[in-house]
Amino acid sequence: MSLVEAAERIVLPGVGHFAATERLDATGLTGAIRDAIARGVPFLGICVGMQWLYAGSTEAPQQPGLGAFSESCSRFAECTEKVPHVGWNSLEVREGSRLLAGVEPGEFVYFTHSYKGPVTADTAAVTQYIEPFAAAVERGNVMGVQFHPEKSGETGLKILRNFLAWQAKGAGC
Amino acid sequence: MLTKRIIACLDVHAGRVVKGVQFVDLIDAGDPATQAARHAREGADEIVLLDITATHEGRQTLLDTVRRTARELFVPFCVGGGIKSARDAEQVFEAGADKVSINSAALADPDLISAIGSSFGAQAVVVAIDARRDPAAADPVREAQVFVHGGRKPAGRRVVEWAREAEERGAGEILLTSMDADGTRAGFDCELTAAVSEAVGIPVIASGGAGTVAHFADVFGRGQAHAALAASIFHFGVSTSRSLKEELAKAGVPVRLPC
Repeated sequence: MSLVEAAERIVLPGVGHFAATERLDATGLTGAIRDAIARGVPFLGICVGMQWLYAGSTEAPQQPGLGAFSESCSRFAECTEKVPHVGWNSLEVREGSRLLAGVEPGEFVYFTHSYKGPVTADTAAVTQYIEPFAAAVERGNVMGVQFHPEKSGETGLKILRNFLAWQAKGAGC
Repeated sequence: MLTKRIIACLDVHAGRVVKGVQFVDLIDAGDPATQAARHAREGADEIVLLDITATHEGRQTLLDTVRRTARELFVPFCVGGGIKSARDAEQVFEAGADKVSINSAALADPDLISAIGSSFGAQAVVVAIDARRDPAAADPVREAQVFVHGGRKPAGRRVVEWAREAEERGAGEILLTSMDADGTRAGFDCELTAAVSEAVGIPVIASGGAGTVAHFADVFGRGQAHAALAASIFHFGVSTSRSLKEELAKAGVPVRLPC
């Protein structure tokens, strides 16, 4: 917890079940992260770490998320396509995203997930699988990606570099 | 658009990449970490490292190899071979693998699938199935049999049923190798791959029999595969995953390009 309190940047990676985010509450990390975000510390949630930024997920309805984004995550609709969505899919980056700056239309990143966030005004990139969903979400210093930048080759490394370089507007040198 | 994956497979023995036909006459083909990074650079969408060292002492060597390979690899990385328990899997994940592939150990103890999946997620568990058509059966494809011990011994299970059970137990993907097609370079077993893909709701990776670019296009189309393992194809003509994918793109297959 003291690590989170002292951190200059926070990454919450996540693979697994939404219910596992209960550990964040139990260890006091939820509050520490909420405070850090309020102080303006850049935060990046990956996969379930992004889903946790929403109010919750139908994967574990009793477990609340952080609620930085008011919507909830839900499972891909049943259809003939495979779920989980596994593999390299393309991004449509929305204008103004700082996390995804320099990512060209159609660049590919690696996904592996069965639940996803809805497309809203905070969506930074949209990916199409069964339906359009939020591949990335961004509001100020709060950022999340549904895909795995650490497994997405050069495109992923570019996104991680953007996160490391992120500065509050008007701050710094 | 979700693309079809080309997965480069490296056979590793005692910490070195080896090449050989049916694991006989092995030729040293370099350092796994170097070769994995090269394949990723050359456009592979994923790397599978298959350990064929069967000894206990080999485990530490493997973990060291996985650690060195993962450090420089920024594409998904799956490790298979010799994983017999949840503890074995955990060590491989701790060393940096994203997925493990389990085969005969899952047949011997199907609970292993859920044991690994519940800690590391279904996406981390690939169940590998070695399959042979059953020529004596009324439907040789739908009644194809699971084999173990490098395809020498029948496991007493039907492929389609075992794939379904693996999914129910929490496997994230099926890696299907046709032992009939393996080594022939005459093409994947598309009928068998399609039969399994239709039976399960998780992605199926096809393996065995690739000889030409057209074989890949075929298994992605008719075979309904989501990914295909490329191993020996790099020995004859097609030099890289990138050139393979460029040819596939011309044939209308969605692939990750540029890469």
